[in-house]
Amino acid sequence: MISERDVLHIAELADIGITREELDEFTGQFNDILDYFDILDQVEAGAGAETGLYNVFRDDEVVPSLPPDEILGNAGETEDDFFRAPRVM
Amino acid sequence: MGIFAFSAPDPCNAFITRIPEAEYGDGKLAGVSIAVKDNISTKGIQTTCGSKILEGYVPPYDAHVVELLRAEGAAILGKTNMDEFGMGTTTENSAYGPTLNPADRERVPGGSSGGSAAAVASGMVRMALGTDTGGSIRCPAAFCGIVGMKPTYGRVSRYGLVAYANSLEQIGPMAANVPDISLLMGVLTCHDPRDSTSIIAPYTHTPDPDIHGLKVGVPEEYFGKGVDPRVASTVWEGISLLERLGAEIITCRMPSMDYALAAYYVTCMSEASSNLARFDGVRYGPPADPKKQWHESFQERRRDGFGKEVRRRVMLGTFALSSGYYGKYYAKAQSARRNVAADFSRLFSEVDVLAGPTMPTIAFRLGEKSDPLSMYLSDILTVPANLAGVPAISVPCGKVDGMPVGLQIMGRWCADERVIDVAYAFEEGVSA
Repeated sequence: MISERDVLHIAELADIGITREELDEFTGQFNDILDYFDILDQVEAGAGAETGLYNVFRDDEVVPSLPPDEILGNAGETEDDFFRAPRVM
Repeated sequence: MGIFAFSAPDPCNAFITRIPEAEYGDGKLAGVSIAVKDNISTKGIQTTCGSKILEGYVPPYDAHVVELLRAEGAAILGKTNMDEFGMGTTTENSAYGPTLNPADRERVPGGSSGGSAAAVASGMVRMALGTDTGGSIRCPAAFCGIVGMKPTYGRVSRYGLVAYANSLEQIGPMAANVPDISLLMGVLTCHDPRDSTSIIAPYTHTPDPDIHGLKVGVPEEYFGKGVDPRVASTVWEGISLLERLGAEIITCRMPSMDYALAAYYVTCMSEASSNLARFDGVRYGPPADPKKQWHESFQERRRDGFGKEVRRRVMLGTFALSSGYYGKYYAKAQSARRNVAADFSRLFSEVDVLAGPTMPTIAFRLGEKSDPLSMYLSDILTVPANLAGVPAISVPCGKVDGMPVGLQIMGRWCADERVIDVAYAFEEGVSA
């Protein structure tokens, strides 16, 4: 069972704001959904065939990129050629 | 070369952004009207992903598929409505209001590419691009009575597609008929080094309706619990048409279907929790308050800018990846995913394609799927193809209660041509 406290903790980890009224709704839904996910307990860990996946690398070559004014064009706050972000400390 | 004047009314709210005068050029798609789902970047044209957080965002570059459409002369008429970031099965989860089903405006068009499906079904455009993470092209194609295809994973570049669940999603064509799907596939399947999962497998096929001797597998699970019996019998009639056209029908089993849906949701939520971290109000979206602390500002921005379904999936994905739960959810989902792929490999050593319904029911009424889990359950028949990366198409196959039903054909990895041939044979057989 996931408690309201757990949901608040997850929201904090995910940087997702939720309102007091939503907390109860999200908690109930998370429990229903996670109960459904319990069906995965039947699956053997490490089961299944090899995926055949491999990493794809490319050479680190310098190619033209977009001009700074286009990159910054959608930002709410900029300063010179930089994005302006909220305080971290 | 010319200008396409686009003034058709939009009673179903298929579009978020319209281009009243769209320029077009020469090429295979000269002057062909095309709508593009709003999670595909279009240079100079607002791209919102159906989300308030991206309202007013204008990409400085085109997605690879948009470059390809423009190069072949297509007239891009606008950006279509969708469930926010592709998270939904109804196109009701959009910050720009729900799209309605052209066949019955009291019902949803399916999702998440519901705007693209409605635009094609109502005749506003000839073709559209959708994206399919767990059925988001095939579901609305089935609900609106058009053709929609999820290509093999890697055949169409995802460069410029706003990522939701990268390991599952593909851009694909939606149109009124199979030859148009084939035409678009020929344009979209071009290798692109900017997407590291892009494979070199250009589509140069012309649909061939001869399916004599073709082996069609029908998994029992596709007619199991939760499938409306009327939809099941309509699809069985479709499958018997394939038999009359010369195919051999073989019933089979797909045991991994028991947990495919859970594996899908754990995977897409986990990937979403990482992909959507970029929406922080710094580089795009409404400006963050620089006087506030980072986390406080970030959380407020996302509370106000994301709808509930997006926040639900980001939070559940964060949980599934968190230490202590990773093994129970994410790791198990990846094992389950490999089991689904193994089921497909085994079946495709015995049959050429698999067939079944695209969706377990006809289109829901607006507001009918208000509980998230019940909405998730309706994706059960479409998610296996995404988990395994194989191609799948939905083609109209009759009606129930006046609403369209889709027949789904799934094929071997990179055998998109075969899937299109079977859909074409079916389409021709129906109209014969």
